[in-house]
Amino acid sequence: MAIPFNYIARNMVARRLTTVLTAGGMALVVYVFATVLMLAAGLEKTLVATGQDDNVVVIRRSSQTEVQSGIDRLQAGIVESLPDIVVAADGKRLVSKEPVVLINLPKRKTGKPANVVIRGVTEAGLALRPQVRLVEGRMFVPGTAEVIAGRSIADGFQGAGLGETLRFASRDWTVVGVFDAGHTGFDSEIWGDAEQMLQAFRRNGFSSMLFRLVDADRFDAVKTTLESDPRLTLEAKREKRFYAEQSEALSKFISYLGTGISVIFSIGAVIGAAITMYASVASRTGEIGTLRALGFSRAAILTAFLGEALLLGLLGGVIGLVGASAMQALSISTTNFQTFAEIAFSFTLTPRIVIISLIFALGMGFVGGFLPAARAARMKIVDALRAA
Amino acid sequence: MFVPLLVLRNAFRHRLRTTLTIVGIIVAITAFGLLRTIVDAWYAGAEASSSARLITRSSVSLVFSLPLNYAQKIRQVEGVSSVAWANWFGGVYVSERNFFAQFAISGASYLDMYPEFVLSDGERKAFLADRVGAVAGRKLADKYGWKVGDQIPLRGTIYPGTWTFTLRGIYDGAEAGTDTSTFFFHFDYLNESIKRLYPRRGDQTGVFVERLRDPEAAAAVSQAIDTTFRNSLAETLTETEKAFQLGFVAMSEAILLAIQAVSYVVIVIIMAVMANTMAMTARERYGEYATFKALGFSNGFVVMLIVAESLGIALLGGLLGVAFTFPMADVFASSVGSILTGFRVSETTIGLQVGAAFVIGLVAAAVPAWNAARIRIVDGLRAIG
Repeated sequence: MAIPFNYIARNMVARRLTTVLTAGGMALVVYVFATVLMLAAGLEKTLVATGQDDNVVVIRRSSQTEVQSGIDRLQAGIVESLPDIVVAADGKRLVSKEPVVLINLPKRKTGKPANVVIRGVTEAGLALRPQVRLVEGRMFVPGTAEVIAGRSIADGFQGAGLGETLRFASRDWTVVGVFDAGHTGFDSEIWGDAEQMLQAFRRNGFSSMLFRLVDADRFDAVKTTLESDPRLTLEAKREKRFYAEQSEALSKFISYLGTGISVIFSIGAVIGAAITMYASVASRTGEIGTLRALGFSRAAILTAFLGEALLLGLLGGVIGLVGASAMQALSISTTNFQTFAEIAFSFTLTPRIVIISLIFALGMGFVGGFLPAARAARMKIVDALRAA
Repeated sequence: MFVPLLVLRNAFRHRLRTTLTIVGIIVAITAFGLLRTIVDAWYAGAEASSSARLITRSSVSLVFSLPLNYAQKIRQVEGVSSVAWANWFGGVYVSERNFFAQFAISGASYLDMYPEFVLSDGERKAFLADRVGAVAGRKLADKYGWKVGDQIPLRGTIYPGTWTFTLRGIYDGAEAGTDTSTFFFHFDYLNESIKRLYPRRGDQTGVFVERLRDPEAAAAVSQAIDTTFRNSLAETLTETEKAFQLGFVAMSEAILLAIQAVSYVVIVIIMAVMANTMAMTARERYGEYATFKALGFSNGFVVMLIVAESLGIALLGGLLGVAFTFPMADVFASSVGSILTGFRVSETTIGLQVGAAFVIGLVAAAVPAWNAARIRIVDGLRAIG
């Protein structure tokens, strides 16, 4: 026969201070654990959502990022003539040849500089990225020194807001619009006219090319064509995969560091739970003896104390998760050291993180409660009753 | 002699509980020290920088290079005693996992600029004489098992192709904080190949390094350099080496702040655990405290007993935690490899660790001590654990 759940739960209320301290410690551990996972998930989501399934990015072989890549006009022309590229309504091919550079801009809050991506785009570049839409101001006029800024850049950097001017490449550029790219990596970029950018930065080649496939399944064939052409030193990647790869190092770093920290912290919390449960067992020796005398089995005692520890863990887990979910309102902006450019992303709570965090919390309760519960279950009835 | 012995006996009355608490504190203090050391390592580059050096780069961003002929003009600026240049190479050694910094440098002028890189005369001569020669830091060479004379292939990400260098020397750091995980080779070798393959990209370098005659004049000299190139095609930004290094640190500031915040969270967690231990301990002993009071000991004496016990446990755990930080830092440093250079537990960190242990002990004792001092003798004697 099992010991009623009520008995287990009321024990926690009877020792309020101890319960609060122990569950509080666990809640902090779960909070740190969950926020770190949320950060890594947010970064991945931002960069994965940046790509479209049927878009292909072309960069110079082994250059890894757009900024390091270079494609001259001759090579660009060859790529542009591929038969697998979608032809838009106006008869032009949906290809965007883009110069991409980094410039140093000071942050609004701290005044400290960070690298921001400047991308030269054409009409095709906009058509290829339907998630990008203007929310304030207007589009830049091609052929002028006008630019539009992504939402996080407009909010976060000096001179990048609507109507303000930026100075780079010996020119003043007016920000005439702010665009929202739906929480993708483009939110952290500034866009201007591609030809203007080439002239301003004195480049005669592009950094990367983006085009849409008529049939997304033809990607492998197109990739082989491009990479086996002896005139080209380029590589092609699906846009989705290209951006996902750029988040790998940073999100791995965040989750390794976070998991490492959480494991160390959990040792502290487990010890806290163990101390609490040992004390709980010791102070109830008489009660345990009585319960055994009444006919409750050793297994029932073990279950009751383990249940108490698990409940403690669950309480901590829930409090920690509530705290962590409040973090969703925040977004964080830092340098992605793979691309050397600023990227803004937010804490994202996924069902998977909720489940993992709760399992983690229950695990802490179980590990901390097992030995004390075993001690309670092993007590001899006579000794326990005499101790009381 | 009686009081310390009493405190000691009290502390170890529940041997298991005290041991668990101490283990918890050790873990927390070690983690705190480790996290602070990680943050410190980020600043190591800035800490090791010299105030007598300036760095000039393109004002747009580091991605843009400067014409090599700027070196002549910079040398003419008042207050500059010598000029060297370096260019980021960004090559991949075998696989992308093996990241380390590689610079194409201006030979002897660059080596003279950094006296903290200690290279034997023979190795220096061999490096300068060999166009495809390279030198690597001790830490880097140890990590990949390189020996002088080895061929080292790097696959270029910025400069296409595979570049093979011959290791001509391994340098050591003059001080403990000197970074010895960088790979240097001849700028001339890179430049000549580039000029042949991509004529437009030739004769360009990423940064110039200047030695100042007088470190006090840093601000004036950097301004003079930037004025020289104002309104040119490649405007410059000159700053002290420290400011330049701090610029890199600032880029990852959000992550550093998070690590710092987390390092304090661990202290709060262990404070909760320790406070719990002391609360339970005191609860069990209200009867004894009342007895002390009934015998005529003051409230202060009882408070002192609790505080001393709490502080004793916390400091014992804290000191052991400090001791464990050193081997843990070594393990961590070798597992992350050369990403973080200058991984060293600083005196400040040790001080903060001991301070944190002290605070944990005091805070944990506060509530139980307050209760024990206030309790009436009659209630205390009646109380059962």
